[in-house]
Amino acid sequence: MNALFGTRYAARVRDRETVEDAILAQSNYRPLTTIWGVYDKRLEVFAGDRLSNIPFQHLLLCTGATDRILPVAGWTLPGVYTLGGAQVALKKHGTFIGRKIVFAGSSPLLYLAAAQYLRLGARDLVIVDSTSLFEKIKAAPAMARWSAGTLFEGLRLLQELQRAGVRIIFGADLLEIQGSTKVEHITFRRRGHPVETVACDAVAIGHGLRPETQLAELAGAQFEFDAEHGQWFPATDMDGRASEDLWVAGDAARTVGAIGAKVSGALAALSVLREMGITLLPENRVKSMRGQLRRWRKFQHAMARAFIPPVAAAAEAPDTMILCRCERVIAAEIRQAVAQAAGPAEINRVKAITRCGMGRCQGRYCGFALQSLLSSLTNKGAGNVGRLRAQAPVRPIPLVAADSGSNDGKI
Amino acid sequence: MEKFDVIVIGAGLFGTFTAFFLRRRGLNVAVVDRGFVGAQSSGANFGNLRLQGRAALQYPLSLQAQLFWERFDAEIGETCEYDQTGHLYLARTQKGLEKLLGYAEASRCNGLSVEIIDRADLKRRFPFLSPDVAAASYSARCAVANPRLSTPAVARAFLRNGGQLFEGQQVSEFVPNGGSFSLRTTEGRRFTATKVVNAGGGWAGSLAKTFGEEVPMFSAGPPQFVTEPLPYMLRPIVQAVEGDVIVRQIARGNIIFAGYPRTRSQADGEHTYVPPQKIVQGMASLASVVPSFANAEVIRAWSGVEGYLPDMLPVVGPSQAVPGLFHAFGGSGGGFQIAPAVGDCLAAVVADEQPACDLHPYRIDRFNVQLETSEKITTEFD
Repeated sequence: MNALFGTRYAARVRDRETVEDAILAQSNYRPLTTIWGVYDKRLEVFAGDRLSNIPFQHLLLCTGATDRILPVAGWTLPGVYTLGGAQVALKKHGTFIGRKIVFAGSSPLLYLAAAQYLRLGARDLVIVDSTSLFEKIKAAPAMARWSAGTLFEGLRLLQELQRAGVRIIFGADLLEIQGSTKVEHITFRRRGHPVETVACDAVAIGHGLRPETQLAELAGAQFEFDAEHGQWFPATDMDGRASEDLWVAGDAARTVGAIGAKVSGALAALSVLREMGITLLPENRVKSMRGQLRRWRKFQHAMARAFIPPVAAAAEAPDTMILCRCERVIAAEIRQAVAQAAGPAEINRVKAITRCGMGRCQGRYCGFALQSLLSSLTNKGAGNVGRLRAQAPVRPIPLVAADSGSNDGKI
Repeated sequence: MEKFDVIVIGAGLFGTFTAFFLRRRGLNVAVVDRGFVGAQSSGANFGNLRLQGRAALQYPLSLQAQLFWERFDAEIGETCEYDQTGHLYLARTQKGLEKLLGYAEASRCNGLSVEIIDRADLKRRFPFLSPDVAAASYSARCAVANPRLSTPAVARAFLRNGGQLFEGQQVSEFVPNGGSFSLRTTEGRRFTATKVVNAGGGWAGSLAKTFGEEVPMFSAGPPQFVTEPLPYMLRPIVQAVEGDVIVRQIARGNIIFAGYPRTRSQADGEHTYVPPQKIVQGMASLASVVPSFANAEVIRAWSGVEGYLPDMLPVVGPSQAVPGLFHAFGGSGGGFQIAPAVGDCLAAVVADEQPACDLHPYRIDRFNVQLETSEKITTEFD
């Protein structure tokens, strides 16, 4: 790790892991445990090929976030990754996703992931950012207001990439990923320009983050639409409290970035403790932490204007594009379903009729695109087409994990 | 103010089929639903077009309905993924075997051909079944349809024939008014109609109650789940006679499961939440009946808000309290299959014609006298 990411990174990881280990040593820590449902104050878990459950009084969910994806034609070709996936390949497996890599989408992660690849020796890198430089400059003052340091870090990344000769294309929509059996090139278009092509053997895409909220929903959280981020978050107070017995913290609650996530975790923990009659910090300290978290939320809202997902382009996806890869539903099927008489207009009804979002991933990959397409087809705001409901099991579980055992009265 | 001959409240399968057949009889008909077409149990049920094992009383309606399902695509003009897969009832215990033979006898008495298959023959013909299965009864005429597609298809056929549909309109006022009815919705629409059909599914009981026709209906739903697609091998619907396993595989490979005991809906009547324990129980039962499914992965579980009546029969027919009002609700877990016949027979009654089947067993006032409770009420619910 030292060799790959430098001593500073290694030291940071070591420090964090030391703290985590100390905490875990005092906890009932259950690694490799999948929670697949929440019901009647119990977590349903799948671990070691067995199913069991864990009763709780208070539940604090820190289920994180994953890349928000907007499918484009060709996105199911081998060689297409999410930005997070590209980072995992690098950090966890010490490998590049390709030799000539395009990072495309609308996310600060485009620059971070590209810089990480660059530092480890990748040279043939292109960034296709859907937001124009003009929009970014417009967003900068508000970002500076809430966290000048983070903005500065971003600018430093940009400088590093430009100095190393990484081609950065602003204000361009990724149109198609092409190749016969794997990624061979992409096409994109800058607004007002003809279609351009870049040869590559791997593409990493992402449009910011989407919270993993299925468990929060099963545990009874209500949801509210955040127009700035264009997505649904669990409705909580500033301490992450979603109901009498439920708290949500970190990116699962709201996109807040690394430092904000830490603060939101602390606030949620303090709130749970207060509920149990334990006050660890004086109210003024808690208030100041809430203020900090508020600032991080405002920074993220400001930053959302510098990384605008191309939802309009997504709504114009070609008819033949696979929107839902689990169930192989193409864009035309959604358009036809909505256009027909007595056709569905609400997102869960569209799912029921077309199977889009009905498969293994339960809409984690296609949900945002379906919301965007539906919003355009029905001329309603993205917040007015409904929210895909979660259903247990939130991760697939094999039948064999449920043990029968009873043989009563068989003949 | 819009005027109709008949307003059907509820765009589930009973409501849309009734509207479809009324429109065929030339009446000016509208369907009003507080939500969306086929969004509740009409769209969330198992899709079983099972004939064997039905209440003896229900066979005329069931057989009439099956005739319609068999030509659904031609009548409705689009597919409901009807598939005549056949249906296997399984017995694993002596008690189960007796029940199965009783069902088979009732089926035959009503003209349905049923074949009893012993253990040796089962092993030859359905080798994927567990050796624990002692015997089975097979009905070739049983079938399945896709419930998610069926109701919207019927609604579209109704619309093509000149009917009108109002979604997202909750009836808030419903007043008999000198030979007709005035209706108003919470969204501000106003209608008048000469006749009204109450087909409000799990919510129909409250409407009946406002006219003094209280029925002992309760809402519940079975736990259901679906697995990822696996190679297609399970042709018939397979159902344990005890009801703990009802399973089918669709041609694209997904395995769809339902199983009793059913779960009561939430007190607000809006949802039926599936207790995870029932999913786990269902998974174990399924793996014990079809062992080769053991490694299939469950990807989604659900239930529905279905109306049940103590004798497990629906209410279909005229109100006994309000002239011009008609009811069609309480499918009691078997509503999907009978829906075309319910729609046709009720439409006949509404249009002052003789229905093809006797609706007497389904009259709403049958609960005023002491009524025999179906044994299913004790065995198929918590």
